Amino acid sequence: MIAAAPGPKSEIAIDVTKLNKSFDGRSVVRDLTMQVRRGLIYGFLGPNGSGKTTTLRMLCGLLTPDSGQGTCLGYDIRKQTKEIKRHVGYMTQKFSLYADLSIRENLEFVARVHDLPKPREAARRAIERLGLGNRADQLAGDLSGGWKQRLALGACILPEPQLLLLDEPTAGVDPKARRDFWDEIHKLAADGLTVLVSTHYMDEAERCHEIAYIAYGDLLAVGTVDEVIASAHLANWIVTGDALADLAVELRKRVGVDMVAPFGSSLHVVGRDRAKLDAATADLRASDQHKWLRGEATLEDVFIDLMGRSKDNFA
Amino acid sequence: MSADRADRGRGIRASLQRWYAMFVKELIQLRRDRITFATMIFIPLAQLLLFGYAINTDPRNLPTVVLVQDDSLFSRSFMSAMRASKYFDITHVATTEDEVDSLLLAGKVQFALQIPANFGRDLIRGERPALLVIADATDPSATGGAVAALQGLTASVFSRDLVGPAASLNGKPAPFELRIHRRFNPAGETRLNIVPGLMGTILTLTMLIFTALSVTREIERGTMENLLSMPINPVEIMLGKIAPYVLIGALQMALILVAAFWLFSVPMVGSLMTLIGLSVLFIINNLSIGYTFSTIASNQLQAMQMSFLFFLPNLLLSGFMFPFRGMPDWAQFIGEILPLTHFLRITRGVMLKGAGLGDLQWDFAALVLFMLAAMGVAVARFRQTLD
Repeated sequence: MIAAAPGPKSEIAIDVTKLNKSFDGRSVVRDLTMQVRRGLIYGFLGPNGSGKTTTLRMLCGLLTPDSGQGTCLGYDIRKQTKEIKRHVGYMTQKFSLYADLSIRENLEFVARVHDLPKPREAARRAIERLGLGNRADQLAGDLSGGWKQRLALGACILPEPQLLLLDEPTAGVDPKARRDFWDEIHKLAADGLTVLVSTHYMDEAERCHEIAYIAYGDLLAVGTVDEVIASAHLANWIVTGDALADLAVELRKRVGVDMVAPFGSSLHVVGRDRAKLDAATADLRASDQHKWLRGEATLEDVFIDLMGRSKDNFA
Repeated sequence: MSADRADRGRGIRASLQRWYAMFVKELIQLRRDRITFATMIFIPLAQLLLFGYAINTDPRNLPTVVLVQDDSLFSRSFMSAMRASKYFDITHVATTEDEVDSLLLAGKVQFALQIPANFGRDLIRGERPALLVIADATDPSATGGAVAALQGLTASVFSRDLVGPAASLNGKPAPFELRIHRRFNPAGETRLNIVPGLMGTILTLTMLIFTALSVTREIERGTMENLLSMPINPVEIMLGKIAPYVLIGALQMALILVAAFWLFSVPMVGSLMTLIGLSVLFIINNLSIGYTFSTIASNQLQAMQMSFLFFLPNLLLSGFMFPFRGMPDWAQFIGEILPLTHFLRITRGVMLKGAGLGDLQWDFAALVLFMLAAMGVAVARFRQTLD
């Protein structure tokens, strides 16, 4: 957990308390309280429909919270949306630049909306930085997913924001483009930019300085990757051998076994209580039909466990 | 069992089933889309009502100004006969010819009757004095019936007044001469009326649709989210979206004007600059109204339908298609709150009558008012968040 260090205000980029938002009576974000320190890459994780997008939209002034308050870069998220829009770059989940404008035209549009001096020049520099030089006059709608995402990021950082809110920026993008994208994010963070990025990918979560896990409107875990894994207190066995499918069926019936997940040629058996898990699997471990090894819980194990628990709570 | 499975999805029954599924789906969607549903009901209904009741190509009770320079029995008889014909409604009494001219230019009256001095005396003397009737013939169909009725009057209008020694003047030919001046469009050519009107009609339709789609398109394409996350406000967005179309509208207007002069030989009696200035105002007016629809509609189809819903009364009740004064009062009232009605008065006034800005001040004021109202609604309606 981030120690609720009440340091100088400038150290905190995002500081919100008890944000609530519901649509048509359906609660989407519930009592969300979070702090993000400046200069961090903060991963925002959670299943589909868990309220990640809604939270990001509340942070950048696109949605008004039903209750709760907070600041973004020190600006009130309710009252100072104008300032927030000026200093926060928001990259939407769906590509939302103009498909019928070229890369250059889109960037010039953004530069002009942000009232940058010499918008043409700013757009030209952005095109260079993005390595889009030979595509500058291509229509944005004709670009591949990876290039669209690169353009969207370029448009976001063009007005030199202090905070980036990225909503699943790498969904549907190939691994190479994803890696390039993350390298760019780390470069930006090194220059002092704060980045809040929502994602589904575990490997991306591990590239963040800190992560927060949100499910069905509730913030369930916060901290560095190691802290989140440790705080889940999951015990884990990795099983290899034959007929794993049958074993999985058998294991799922047992009390003390909370999760059974096949990983390639192995099976991850996870329990929230080490003693109970060990007791429940003692007889199977004794037989030499399978090979049992103690494993470390992965972030994915933790998340799937959290997801299962929150579903239990709100079923 | 396996034969049953193989047959699944084939045959008329299955086809009907798919049709039914589609039918129900469409029905549900239509029911959910209230605005589309309302327009589908309202358009035919409106057409029926408008075509059925509003159209009268033989309008009565046309406003008339009288300039009576002869206070005689005959003057009074003639005026009451005009009233009795139901075609004329004496709304103004003028004392000078200038007054008559300005009323005609402003379009406040359709007819002017001038009874010259000594009309009664000359009539009794059998000198066949002339009565002057000026008709605003900009729209020939609006005056045709009234002029015919007037001519029918001449033979019998004074039969009861011509008694005693003057009785011999009764019968044919009439004891006076009726001079009818068809002002502004002496040949009664319909195209002179239609072409300036068409300019307004075309501009209304094209301008409305341009902007009606603009906001809904942003929403449908998902670009609105990005736009709203940037520091730009609704007024900037609105004016930015309207501006390019002002140029397009001006271009359209230029083309129509050129066609009006060269193809239809429509005269340009008034000032071209006045016409251009007021036309630009009219263009902005329609763009603002279209933009307002765009902020109210939730998708492009709705925006299109709202535009047509607005265009229809413009077409039918503005005086473009049917003489304005031939419509019942309620239809005229609706007509008064449509921009095209005022623009038609402007184009016909400037091009055919030579009216200036002073004559058209009310129409100018109405256009400014409509524009500000539409923009106000649009800015108020524009959703700055995704709430």
